[in-house]
Amino acid sequence: MKIHYISGIAALFVVAVHIIMRLVMPFSMSLEYENVIANYQNIAYAVLLESILVLIAIHGFNGLRIILIEFRQNMAWENGVTVFTLVAMIALIAYGTRTIIIANGLG
Amino acid sequence: MKSSNEDRIYSDSNKRENREGLRAWLNPSRYGWERISYWLQRLTGVFLLIYFVGHVIETSSLVDGKDAWNAMLELTQTTWGHLFLILVIGTSTFHSANGIRLLFTETGRGLGKPGRPDYPYSPVSLNYRQKSGIWIALLLAVTAMLYGASILFAGE
Amino acid sequence: MTALLNIKTSRTKLVRDEKKEGKVESDRKVVHLKVYRKNPKQGKSSHYDKFEVPVQRWTTVLDALLYAKSYLDKSIAIRYSCRMASCGSCGMKINGIPRLACYTKVSEIDENMITCEPLPNFPIIRDLVGDFSDFFEHHRAMDPFIHNQNANIVDKNNLTEFIQTPEDVENYLQFSYCIKCGLCYSACPSVGSDTKFPGPQALAQAYRYVADNRDDATQSRLNIVDSKHGIWRCHFAGSCSVVCPKGVDPALGIQLLRGHLLSFSKNDKKLAESRTRTLGKI
Repeated sequence: MKIHYISGIAALFVVAVHIIMRLVMPFSMSLEYENVIANYQNIAYAVLLESILVLIAIHGFNGLRIILIEFRQNMAWENGVTVFTLVAMIALIAYGTRTIIIANGLG
Repeated sequence: MKSSNEDRIYSDSNKRENREGLRAWLNPSRYGWERISYWLQRLTGVFLLIYFVGHVIETSSLVDGKDAWNAMLELTQTTWGHLFLILVIGTSTFHSANGIRLLFTETGRGLGKPGRPDYPYSPVSLNYRQKSGIWIALLLAVTAMLYGASILFAGE
Repeated sequence: MTALLNIKTSRTKLVRDEKKEGKVESDRKVVHLKVYRKNPKQGKSSHYDKFEVPVQRWTTVLDALLYAKSYLDKSIAIRYSCRMASCGSCGMKINGIPRLACYTKVSEIDENMITCEPLPNFPIIRDLVGDFSDFFEHHRAMDPFIHNQNANIVDKNNLTEFIQTPEDVENYLQFSYCIKCGLCYSACPSVGSDTKFPGPQALAQAYRYVADNRDDATQSRLNIVDSKHGIWRCHFAGSCSVVCPKGVDPALGIQLLRGHLLSFSKNDKKLAESRTRTLGKI
């Protein structure tokens, strides 16, 4: 649960910054390909996105794990849930990191 | 003194009999606001997790070039897409605000002190100070949804 | 806003509205009881039996059930004892909410049909009677007794006395009022799905001993609850405190205990002074 509390509060700060960044230009412009790519080129923003990805993946999948381990109390189920959420979390982080790295390299 | 409760408690067998299980989760209004907030926190959490996975996948269309990105935008920048996004705004605001409230209350802060219980035994932990945290979270969520709607539907 | 959404708060259940009761009572002379019937020794199926019971202004649900048992169907299984919310025996689910049958007046319930079911989360022995063995086992697992090195419990001629101020007592008094009725265990959503979770009653008792300054075993008590299926499965849904008939407020105890575990609360309990007196000397 401690992981949950800490990842939650940390994620809140970085997500708040992400949302505010989306409001620096008019909404319709902010979604244009060039503008989005320009964001990824900015290294600070890329680091921000990476930290959001990691923190929210941890918080979200840990939350799912917490909900699921309350259903059954045998070791097989618990281990299964832990492995599943861990794998899903790592997969999502890997996929997202790939996007950030490639987008950072484009242009 | 035993060090862990888990060692002494046993297997699944008949311990599951007559447990409310998922049915307990279906109707949260029987027990007041805190139960509702517990239910909403879980519901919004799962919903946001699903959204997050979708969001990472949709933004990853960036690496396939401008055409792929625009194709993704055609799918998501629709009325239904906007409504879904407004829901996401509302749920994330509620989940965050309620989460902050839980960070305080689950560590014993804001709950009041134990004392001598006298009739009508109003439990001090369910006081209005922390209960209003739930209402504020709901209010913030609605406000955020309205603000989001004003931006998303501005042009249409 | 609460009334608008028809959400039950702790107050609406516990505070009696005498005007409403008076009106309900003057309008009603008979109530319909719907009682859950099941005999596990004779099969897994269950059904509901309906009884019509005469009521007066002071009739409790327990009175109504005992009337049905005395005059209408002798075979209804009910557990009860003191009839005054002191023993905790008559807990059952009345119209969807765990309540003590002796403490719930028929006039408090708006509906004409009163549905009595056994407490959820307890295996059913028969009809309205549940098996409390797991519940008591969870309680025992918390080592529910004062542990103090200075207490002389061997020599019967030497009495050890602990000096506690009224403030010291108030730290744990409300949690000691628990009558082990099981209503909180039934209301808890975590107990509903997690069979290893000790439940609000046991955890509140763990806090009762941690808060008592006669007890010096705080660290080992914290170790008992600090497990994946222990205190961390509580998410402050608060239902336990809503249904508690004695004002124990287990939710408060559990969150305060968690504060100790996370070191947010100061673990600087000053142990009560003790003195020993030999019997025969005053």
